[in-house]
Amino acid sequence: MLLIRCPYCGERAEVEFSNGGEAHIDRPRDPMSLTDEEWAQFLYMRDNPKGLIAERWRHAHGCNRFFNAIRDTRTDRFVVTYEIGQPRPEVTPEQAAEAAR
Amino acid sequence: MERFSALSLARKALGGHLGWKPQWRSVEQPKKAYDIIIVGGGGHGLGAAYYLAKQHGLRNIAVIERGWLAGGNTARNTTIIRSNYLFDESSSYYEHSLKLWENLSQELNYNVMFSQRGCLMVAHTVHDVQVFKRHVHANRLNGIDNEWLSAEEAKEFCPPLNISSNIRYPVLGASLQRRAGTARHDAVAWGFARAASDMGVDIIENCEVTGINRGPDGAVTGVETTKGTVNAKKVAVSAAGHSSVVLEMAGIRLPLQSNPLQALVSEPVKPAFPTIVMSNTIHAYISQSDKGEMVIGAGTDSYVSYTQRGGLHIPAETLAAICELFPMFRRLRMMRSWGGITDNTPDRSPITAKTSVPGLYVNCGWGTGGFKATPGAANLFAWTIAKNEPHPINAPFTIERFRDGVMIDEAAAAAVAH
Repeated sequence: MLLIRCPYCGERAEVEFSNGGEAHIDRPRDPMSLTDEEWAQFLYMRDNPKGLIAERWRHAHGCNRFFNAIRDTRTDRFVVTYEIGQPRPEVTPEQAAEAAR
Repeated sequence: MERFSALSLARKALGGHLGWKPQWRSVEQPKKAYDIIIVGGGGHGLGAAYYLAKQHGLRNIAVIERGWLAGGNTARNTTIIRSNYLFDESSSYYEHSLKLWENLSQELNYNVMFSQRGCLMVAHTVHDVQVFKRHVHANRLNGIDNEWLSAEEAKEFCPPLNISSNIRYPVLGASLQRRAGTARHDAVAWGFARAASDMGVDIIENCEVTGINRGPDGAVTGVETTKGTVNAKKVAVSAAGHSSVVLEMAGIRLPLQSNPLQALVSEPVKPAFPTIVMSNTIHAYISQSDKGEMVIGAGTDSYVSYTQRGGLHIPAETLAAICELFPMFRRLRMMRSWGGITDNTPDRSPITAKTSVPGLYVNCGWGTGGFKATPGAANLFAWTIAKNEPHPINAPFTIERFRDGVMIDEAAAAAVAH
């Protein structure tokens, strides 16, 4: 089971959380102008990286708030968790190497 | 190829079983060029090579595998084979596969240990009852066997089942597909590898594809691998959980998320369990292997991962459900557990199709239920590669269905079970 640091509550067990999929997907500002291809990209196409991923989590059995995380999908080690609304943080090579270990 | 028969087995037995030869050629170094390269040496990829050689007369083929033969999801599933899917598109695809399973041992001259012991899908709620009855009717309209059993009839078919009314989710009935069953997962891959190799297909293990090469017109010209450049006009990707990673090399983004799916087996016991039982609602999947182990399928972890592990709380939840449905297993000890990386589409239906890149084909998105489709997907993928157009059965299973809004929504229809 993963140990996940909620930015609001601190470290808690994975069973308290639910995964919310890829982070930083913006709703289209002008939905009426989107082509079918753009809708498909927004709704269904996803990053599925073998390496660092930015994803949403919700502390469902805690503060019930969403937050974002960067995690290495090869090891499931978290690099950082951060509040919704913040830009995706830069990951240093040292942090990336630690997460990949 | 040395054919198996009662006579050949007896002769080898008399010789102390010392005379057996390797079942397929091991090719260390790929040739410079092939007609077709298949990326991924699991059941689906090896099967596609087999059908390309057998049915389409194309024999200059390489199957390139990053690890060892059939060491991915082919070796990590719970071997359930059934075709009782809801929608016409899905049930005809899975039924095509089930029909091939029924004759596969004879066709390959290799015992894949296909055992049609039936698959019982247990209903625990009024909603389950309605959904499963709808499945039964939809299947029967398509000529696929599926029937509804009362709780008492289900217990008669599977005596270990607990149908008492005082459990948390009492059994209200079950649907039964009698032609469903299990097979020996390794044997399927080995059988396809042996037959394909015999027709000239090169199987190259420990060779990772690191790039997809394309010409000035955008068409595929081959692949880069850890064993050098290999040229081909057609590249067919059958890489399961790693499909996104491989297709990204050609700039294609797929509607896939790779999640770990866990399974576990118990210590071996005497034959005690006559069928396959699946419960979507409380998430229990169980059958008994010929070795005697109870083979148990657990749930999917919710996050993207390539670790082939997963959280222990996921199988724990499944074991709780198993213990309630089958109290006689409460003292059974679990022996091994593992995870496989499943490639899940939003509608939980697969993709077997051409891509937007000329000469590049993909068979992926089988998610948590690809094993049952092994011969069917291989057969239709081979057709798609050979003819550069899909067979009518796999024609709806494109990438473009997500753009065009023609999903085959087995996610809603089948809930979680595959």
